[in-house]
Amino acid sequence: MSLRTPLGRVRGLGSAKEGVSHWWVQRVTAVALVPLVLWFTVSMLSIVRADYDSAVHWVGQPFNTVLLVALLVGAFYHALLGLQVVIEDYVHAEGTKVMALLIMKFIMVLLGASAILAVLRIAFGG
Amino acid sequence: MATDKRPLSPHLQVYRPQLTSVLSILHRATGVALSIGTLLIVYWLIAMAAGPEAYKHAQSVFGSMLGQLFMFLWTWALFYHLCNGIRHLFWDAGYGFDMEMVYKSGKTVVTASVVLTFLIWIIVAP
Repeated sequence: MSLRTPLGRVRGLGSAKEGVSHWWVQRVTAVALVPLVLWFTVSMLSIVRADYDSAVHWVGQPFNTVLLVALLVGAFYHALLGLQVVIEDYVHAEGTKVMALLIMKFIMVLLGASAILAVLRIAFGG
Repeated sequence: MATDKRPLSPHLQVYRPQLTSVLSILHRATGVALSIGTLLIVYWLIAMAAGPEAYKHAQSVFGSMLGQLFMFLWTWALFYHLCNGIRHLFWDAGYGFDMEMVYKSGKTVVTASVVLTFLIWIIVAP
C-alpha cells in the first residue's frame, strides 16, 4: 500500500511526464515531413536522371540546401522516435532493450550527421 | 520476473486479420523499412559529395535491376507511410473514428499510395 497522496503521485510522475513529449515531437516531425517529402519527391523527378553538375547545382541552391537539411533532421528524428517505440514494444529483456536503443540511436545520429555534412560539403564546394 | 512466459495479445495464430489491423502493422513495417532505406539517401548524398566518379557509380547502382526494384518498393513504402501518416494525424486530432470512416480512409490510403507510386514511376521512366 502506498502512503502517497493522489496529488503527490500525479505531480510530475504520472503518464504525462516523458511520453507526451515523445508522442508530440513524433507528430510535429510528421507534420513537417508532409510538405518536405512532397517537395523532395517532386524535385527528384528531374534530378534522378540529371548529370553530376546539375545535381550538385541543385543541392547548392540556398533554398534547396535549407530544405534538404530540414528534411534530413526531420526524417532522422522521426525515424529515431519510431524505431524507439518498435524496440520498446518487442524487446522485453531490460539489458538487451537498453543496448538495442543505444545502438539504434547512435546509428541514426551518425547517419543523419553524415547526410547533413554531405549536403553542406556539396553546397559549400568543400 | 518471468514476463516472457505470458501469452501474447493479440494471439497471432488465431487472430483473423482485418483491413484495419493489416494497415496498422503495415504502417510500422514501412516505417522500419524507410528507416533502413535512409541508407539509400545517405549513400546518394555522400557519393555526390565525394565527386563525379563516385556519383556516376551510385547512379549505376540505382539504375541496376535490383536498384530499380528497391527504389520502386521504397517509393511505395514512402507514399504509404505518408498517406497513412496523414490518416493518423486526423485520428490524433479526433476525426474519422467511426467504423465506416476508418475503412473508407484505409481504402483511400491504399489506393492513393499505389496511384502516387505508379504516377511517379511513369513520369520518371525514360
